Amino acid sequence: MLDIQHIAKTFNPGTITEKVALVDLSLHLSPGEFVTVIGGNGAGKSTLMNSIAGTFFVDRGTISIDGEDITRWPEHRRAKYIGRVFQDPMMGTAAGMMIEENLAIASRRGRMPSLRWSAPKSDQQKFRDLLATLGLGLEDRLESKVGLLSGGQRQALTLLMATMADPKLLLLDEHTAALDPKTAEQVLRLTKDIVESRHLTTLMITHNMRDALRCGNRLIMMYDGRILIDVAGEEKKHLTVPDLLQMFEKAAGSTLDSDSLLLS
Amino acid sequence: MDLIIPTLSMGLLWSILAIGVYLTFRVLDIADLTVEGSFPLGAATAAKLLSAGSDPLTAIGVAGIAGMLSGVVTGWLTTKLRIPALLAGILTMIALYSVNLRIMGKANLSLLATDTIFTKSAFLSDDRTVVVLIVGLISVLLVSGFCYWFFGTEIGAAIRATGFNPSMIRANGVNTNFTIMLGLLLSNGLVAVSGALVAQSNGFADVGMGVGTIVIGLASVIIGEVLFGTRTFWNCLLSVVLGSIVYRVVIALVLEMGMPPNDLKLFTAILVAIALSLPLLQARFKGRQRKEAP
Repeated sequence: MLDIQHIAKTFNPGTITEKVALVDLSLHLSPGEFVTVIGGNGAGKSTLMNSIAGTFFVDRGTISIDGEDITRWPEHRRAKYIGRVFQDPMMGTAAGMMIEENLAIASRRGRMPSLRWSAPKSDQQKFRDLLATLGLGLEDRLESKVGLLSGGQRQALTLLMATMADPKLLLLDEHTAALDPKTAEQVLRLTKDIVESRHLTTLMITHNMRDALRCGNRLIMMYDGRILIDVAGEEKKHLTVPDLLQMFEKAAGSTLDSDSLLLS
Repeated sequence: MDLIIPTLSMGLLWSILAIGVYLTFRVLDIADLTVEGSFPLGAATAAKLLSAGSDPLTAIGVAGIAGMLSGVVTGWLTTKLRIPALLAGILTMIALYSVNLRIMGKANLSLLATDTIFTKSAFLSDDRTVVVLIVGLISVLLVSGFCYWFFGTEIGAAIRATGFNPSMIRANGVNTNFTIMLGLLLSNGLVAVSGALVAQSNGFADVGMGVGTIVIGLASVIIGEVLFGTRTFWNCLLSVVLGSIVYRVVIALVLEMGMPPNDLKLFTAILVAIALSLPLLQARFKGRQRKEAP
């Protein structure tokens, strides 16, 4: 499904703020895999995510989806295959537009917009049914502006929008990090429901080790722009936080300088 | 009393400019100064064509297309060359000053001896001021009807989303360079049409008639929003048109009260500065009230 070969990315090369974010990273995702990504600040998690989404181009290497080389595709073109939820709840929706209009835009992700009416009345029932699956009561608020929703509601809506046009790949960039614990839990449960019931190929960054362990069927830990640990299947199922810390120490040859980074 | 109809007409003709400014300033969230050049561009193009004996509708149409092209130039500067939108607009505006002079061949072109959209519409009424009012009303209805339809379509929704959140609309597969370009094109097309109409109503096109138009547009947008609301897109369009009319009424009143016409631009600038800072002032005022509350 997703195939990343030897990509590298350095920000501000040759300047005082030079930052090597990804070093020769390769990763292959099979269809239906739900991969959680952990790692401390500066490990390159978000850079990996943004490289895939096309926020910027990588310096070296190739990225392909379903055998199609997308390394040089601009962000908007990749959106045809990729659904995204950002860390910032404000990023995934247009605040000044109605819930209905946001859903209408997401429902045609990757298709050239035409001169047809954007949010026809005939789509309302479909949207209402979809919103009802969130269990947040949004189905009665189709004509509310998204700016009036809470962070959690907006994030749940973004999740719905990212998945409604059947993405080949779903990218979740710490999408619960900005929410309060209770809401984060709710959004995470929703994420599991949607991803597992529809077998979406998913890459989910999280700051929280426990979330990384109880979600998905494969876990990746990044460190210094590389993939340090990659466990899947049965092995991942029985993994615990102490196991992970031990694996990290063995692989990195050092102890974690700050456990809180990973456990928060 | 006999000032009422001309004031209304002026408000209507200028409200097309205000809708153009609304499209960039509010919908795209860009302060586009191209307006100061595309407004006289529309006037110059129409005036030149009319003095060459062209049909007024054709003249207005070509003026609109010229305005659209100027919007494309600004759009290209800001999306492809990554020049900040404000600066890109200034560059196009300055360039247009020369272009407008070239089009007209001189600084001022009189239209008193030529047929205009208003002389051609003289059958509407014996009173010329009423003719201007009716033509203005029809134009505004056409323009707002078109905008309402267009911004309800998929492309229009994508442009609006670009203004609210470019990352969101890119993540949904829309090229924001395209939507920004299209928004600027439409906006400056409307501004040029407004310029073409105002020139025909005034009876001349002048290379300096663009000075301060952005501020007049902003004043109309903000006055409209404050007085008439922003609930829906239709509501916004209506507010902008009414705002433009209210602005003209205010100007007529202060002139009537004896303000020297030379101070008009100063007055408008102060008016807009106050209106733009209103949200902040309101918040401060409310904050103070809350603090004082027991």
